[in-house]
Formats: sequence, C-alpha cells, structure tokens
Amino acid sequence: MTTPVPAPAPAKMETRSLEIRYGEKPAVKDVSLRLPDRQVTALIGPSGCGKSTFLRALNRMNDLIPGASADGEILLDDKSIYASHLDAVELRRRVGMVFQKSNPFPKSIFENVAYGLKVGGLKDRAALADRVERSLRGAALWDEVKDRLGESALGLSGGQQQRLCIARALAIEPEVVLMDEPASALDPIATAKIEDLIHELKARYTIVIVTHNMQQAARVSDQTAFFYMGELVEVGPTEQIFTNPRQQRTEDYVTGKFG
Amino acid sequence: MATHTDKAYEAELRSLREKLLEMGGLVEAAISSSVRAIVERDTALAEGVKTKDREINRMEVAIDGACRRILALRQPAASDLRFITTALKIVVDLERMGDLAVNVAERALDLNRAPPLAPNHDLAKLADLAEAQLKKALDAFVTGDVGKAEVVMRGDELIDALYLKVFNDMIVLMMEDGKNIRRATSLMFAAKHLERFGDHATNLAEMVVYMVRGTDIRHPRSRQGS
Amino acid sequence: MSVATRKAAGAGLFAVTGAAALLVVAMLVVILVDVARGGAARLSWEFLSAAPEEGMMAGGIFPAIYGTAVMTLMMTVAVMPVGVLTAVYLHEYAPARSRVAGAVRVAINNLAGVPSIVFGLFGLGFFIQFVGGGLDRVLSEPGTVTYGKPALLWAALTLAILTLPVVIVATEEALRAVPREHRDASLALGATKSQTLVRVVFPQALPGILTGAILAVARGAGEVAPILFTGVAYFLPELPNSAWSQFMHLGYHVYVLATQSPDVEATRPLLYATVFVLLALTFALNLLAISIRTRTRRKAAAGH
Repeated sequence: MTTPVPAPAPAKMETRSLEIRYGEKPAVKDVSLRLPDRQVTALIGPSGCGKSTFLRALNRMNDLIPGASADGEILLDDKSIYASHLDAVELRRRVGMVFQKSNPFPKSIFENVAYGLKVGGLKDRAALADRVERSLRGAALWDEVKDRLGESALGLSGGQQQRLCIARALAIEPEVVLMDEPASALDPIATAKIEDLIHELKARYTIVIVTHNMQQAARVSDQTAFFYMGELVEVGPTEQIFTNPRQQRTEDYVTGKFG
Repeated sequence: MATHTDKAYEAELRSLREKLLEMGGLVEAAISSSVRAIVERDTALAEGVKTKDREINRMEVAIDGACRRILALRQPAASDLRFITTALKIVVDLERMGDLAVNVAERALDLNRAPPLAPNHDLAKLADLAEAQLKKALDAFVTGDVGKAEVVMRGDELIDALYLKVFNDMIVLMMEDGKNIRRATSLMFAAKHLERFGDHATNLAEMVVYMVRGTDIRHPRSRQGS
Repeated sequence: MSVATRKAAGAGLFAVTGAAALLVVAMLVVILVDVARGGAARLSWEFLSAAPEEGMMAGGIFPAIYGTAVMTLMMTVAVMPVGVLTAVYLHEYAPARSRVAGAVRVAINNLAGVPSIVFGLFGLGFFIQFVGGGLDRVLSEPGTVTYGKPALLWAALTLAILTLPVVIVATEEALRAVPREHRDASLALGATKSQTLVRVVFPQALPGILTGAILAVARGAGEVAPILFTGVAYFLPELPNSAWSQFMHLGYHVYVLATQSPDVEATRPLLYATVFVLLALTFALNLLAISIRTRTRRKAAAGH
C-alpha cells in the first residue's frame, strides 16, 4: 500500500509563459512557475540569469524601468496583476519587497516602519504605534530597538537595518514577501538571524527569495527554482534539487561544475 | 563530462575514488589469498593475510577522514553528496569483508595443523564466486553502471545455493566419521564467511544503484509496510 | 624613478598646489584689508540705520540696505517655486531622452550664459514696456503710467530670471543625490510617485535646494546691471512702500559713489564702508550656504 501523495499547496502567485524584455533583449523567457501559498521558494542561478528580473516583475517594479516590457501572465490569487481592478500601488501593498542592500529612510526607526501605513492613510497614533510594535516583533527586532524608536534608523548595524527593512515591509501586512538577496551584505550571524526569521515568517506569508548563495537556498526554502540564461531550467522540492536534480544543467550548477 | 570549476575539489574527489578502489583491491587480494591458504595448505600465506588486514583498517580510517573533510569544507550536493555518503558506507562493508578474509585465514591456520580432508571443489568455487562479486561491484562503482550492479545483486542467489551445498557436504562428512567433525566444522565456517562476503558485495551493489540513480532501493520488503 | 626623485616630485607638487591655494586666500585677504582700512572707521550703527545726507557725502546707507533686502526677498519668492518645480519636472517626470526636457535643458544652459546687462535690457523691454505697458493700457487712467515704469517688482522679476538657472541646477543636483534605493523602497511599500516625492525625496533634497536658494540670493543681491533700467534709483526721499516703487540698492550705491561723487576724497570712506557692508552681506550668505551643505554631507556620511 503506498502513501497517498498530498495535494499540492495552492499557488499564491503564478506566472504563465512570462517573458520580460529590456528593449529588444529578452531577460526572462517563457517562465511558468507556481509559487505555493505560505512556502518559501528560492530562485537560484548564475549572475544575469534573470532571477532578479523575474522577482521584480511580481510586484511590477519593472514598470519603473524605461523600456521594460512583459508578456504572458502573472497571477495573484488566480487573478492577473495587470487587471484593471488592481493598480500597481495596490499590488505593492499586497506583494512587498525587501532589497539586497538595506535601504532604511533617513528617518527615525518608528517613522521607517510606519511609512507604509502612513502612505496607506492610517493616521491614528495609537493604531500606528501598535502596528509598528507588532512588525518589529515580527522581524525579531523589537527588543533591540524598543527604547530608541525615535532615533535615526541609520544608527543601526547592517543586520539590524535589514531586519528593520523587513519590519517596514511587514507593517503593511502584505500577503507575499519578495526578498532580493536579503543577506548578501551581512555577516554569518546576522545572516543566520535573517534565515531564522524567514522560517518563522513563512507560517503567515508566502516568500520568494533570490539568492546567489546555494547553501542559503538549501537551508531556507521549501521549493527551489533554477534559472539559467533567462529560462527556468528546473523547479522542485529543495531536497530533491540538492540531492537528485533531474536536469544535467541543474546538477552541474549545484555541484559547482559551471564556468 | 563537466568537471568542477574548483580544480582542488575535483582532485579531492578523484583521490577519494582512487583510495576506495585501492582498498577494494586489497580486500580482493585478501580473500583470494585466504582461500588459497586453505586449498594449498599454505600457513605463511594465511599469516600474511592477517598482517595485511592492518593496512585495510588503516585505509578505512583514511577514507572516513577524507569523506568528513569533504563534507565539512565543500558542502557537496546532488551527485557529489550521494558519492560521499555512499563512500562512507562502502568503506564499512569493505572493512568487514577484510575481516571475513582474516576469519577464513584463521580457518586455514586451524586446518593446516591437522591432516588434510578431501579437497572440496565447491568451496573453491564459492570463493571464486565471492571474489568475482566484489570485483563486479567495484567495477559498477567505478563506471556508475547500474546494469552491472544489478548483475551482482542477482548473483547472490548462486552464492547462497553454493554455500548450502558446501554446508550439506560438510554435514555428510561429519556423519560419516566423527574424526572429521573438527575439520568439517572449520570448513563450514569458512564457507559461511564466504557467503557473508558475498552478501557484503551485494550491499555494495545496492549502494551503487542509489549513488547513480538517487533512489534508495535497499530493504524493498520493509518499505511496503510504511 | 629613484626614491629621491619621487620624493622631490611629490614635495614639488605639494608646494605648487599649496602656493596656488595660498594665492587665492591672499587675494581675498588683500581685498578685505583694503576695504576695511578704507571704510572701517565710518562703520557705525548710525551709518547702517540712517539715510544719506548732504548729497551722499554724509549720513548712512539704510535705504540702500532696505531696498536690497526687499528686492532680494521678492526675487526669491519669484524664482524658487518656478525653479524647483522645473527641476522636479526635469528629474522626476520627464521621460528619458524626451525632446521637451532636452529643449528645456538647452534653454537653461543658454540662459546661464547671458550677460547681465542683457537681462537689464530684457527687463526693460519685456517687463516694463510690454507687460507694464499692457497693464497700463488696461488698468490705468489714459495718459498715466503706473505700471510701465521702473519698479521693485520688475527688478525683482528680472533678477529672478537671471538666477533661475542656478536654482534649477542646484535643485536637480539635490534631487539626483537622493539615492534611487529610497525611491524604490517607498514605491515598493505602496506609495504613489507624488507621495514618494513629498515624503522621501523632498526632505532629503531640501538642504540642497536651500543651498541653491542661498546661492541665487547671493548672486542676485549683488547684481547691478539688470536693475539699472528696471527699478533702481540713485536717491529717494522715502523708503519704497509698494511693489511699484523704485528703490535704492547697495551695489548701485557703490557705483554711484565711485563715479559720480563731486568730492572724491570726502566720499571715499563712505564708499569703502558701503563696499564693506556689501561684501559682508555676500560673504555671510555664502557662508550660510556652505555650512548647510557641510552639515548635510556630514549627516549623510554618518548615516552610512
């Protein structure tokens, strides 16, 4: 008697035959990828393989780049993110992003975390304070900064700044969090804290993380997608990608035979 | 076939493979010598097998260390990971096989103190088969050939059958004449050691299949229960 | 090159560059010392607060200070909004390589190169005769000239156009200095472009914009040629009381004292003292701009 195969988790976001060009050059070709709800998907691949471009398409940050165009479908909860009911601003409230180099505003810690809420229209001071505290707790930063919320965010260490950026992104309570190499500029201890945080966050958020560091992808993700030259070569459960990938190119990349 | 960009890593893996084959060769020689020591009643040869076993044990330690080093420093993935974990297991089987060769050599020493029994060709044949199983399994390991590994796995039946025959022959010998008991028992033990030797070779072959295919095919009957 | 030659070359370069820097400082010191020596004696509170008397040979320069201040203020109010908004359009909204943006930039560059006397003529022809004349035709009693003559407003507007390139360039530089990552972060949090501009970009660019304003003010306060035909007067009995009045001006006052005084010896101390005040004003404004810029840079450096 064989164990029943569990039904696949519903896809929070999905792309179908996505193609992204910068002018004439295609950066992402024919990528169809499911991003399961409340799981961590890691995107790996060598430099220039299109993984960051793909990530930025998910919250339409590519719209800001002149000359960028996209074909194919990107779906959030089975509805296209380009549909008229959802403008880019509203989309970005549901799909948040944490960038590679931490970029806190030159404002106080409180103002940084409250920023997204304020531009969203929340004015009540008590509500703001409450949401800020919750987000900072969610990012495992509250205890370190609760006595200095009014101080400049730029006074924090690199790892703290990145966690602040995560708290800032979480404050608006998105459904999906996109992370572009969130720990690449951090030391090993700070990296470990971020990875631990990701592990806690996935109970509530769908997370997509781009990383150069294969071991980080292996540690942190449920599903790994390997990109090469703009194409999605292989996607599968992380354990399978790192013990027994199906594609030779994936095998070569993962074992360090590229180059 | 693509090689690792890091040439030092590539060299470490190659060195590990070579060490394993070297150890396999030592074990092959050991079992062959130990059976010859019985058949040709060569005490010196038997002593030699016992001494050479120390070399086999040294290699086990060295290979274990090399595997640990690669695990710690290289974080191997996919086929490399499967290779390292297989190597760690193969080395255990090889070391046991070396011990079995020593056991056979001790039977030889024991038998040589007493007058010879009628030569048992089946024992020699069993030895040849067992040695051949190891050779084929190592061959499958080197070439990554699942077909060869499967041949080894199927060949275990023949070894079991031959062992049973030797066992029965020895029983008959013992029943014929009480003075034969001691020597027949020694030969029976030797045959048992050779049968175990064959089992280890089969283990090796199963692990080669995992290493190549990435699917663990061991203990098929136990799996179905889960 | 041997070690000795390298050392000699290094020392030589240091000496030459040091000498050049010293020369600049020396020139400034010479000017200041000369002016101070000539006019410090005449400086007093009375000098600064009283009106001129006896045909400019005695009394103070208060009306000139007042006129300069009022005109500069009006100029600032006129130039800042237009300059800042133009820079915002160019940097934040104009699509890359747009023809309109390119044309605007060309216009700004050319404007910056126009000689100031030409601005004066422009001010006369456009503001006074065209705009002022037009207003007169529509609003004034026939035969009277209320708007179509030299006035504070026209002088201020002329100077505003002259200092416009300064403000635009300084503002654009300030906007450019705001890192792209902050804009991206703001947009990624669901802010609109205008919210990003107001909440993130402007606060960071503000010191730079202020610096631009102060530089414009410093330049505008000292320019004499553009106001020659557009509003300044040599001697007025009263302080200007409306946008349509004429006014006295420190720079112009210096010119007049130097060239049209009946008694050169008597007016020389006055002249030097006036120059001193004018220089002090310019220096103070420039120092203010520099200090703001330095403090901003230091804050930015400490943060990263």
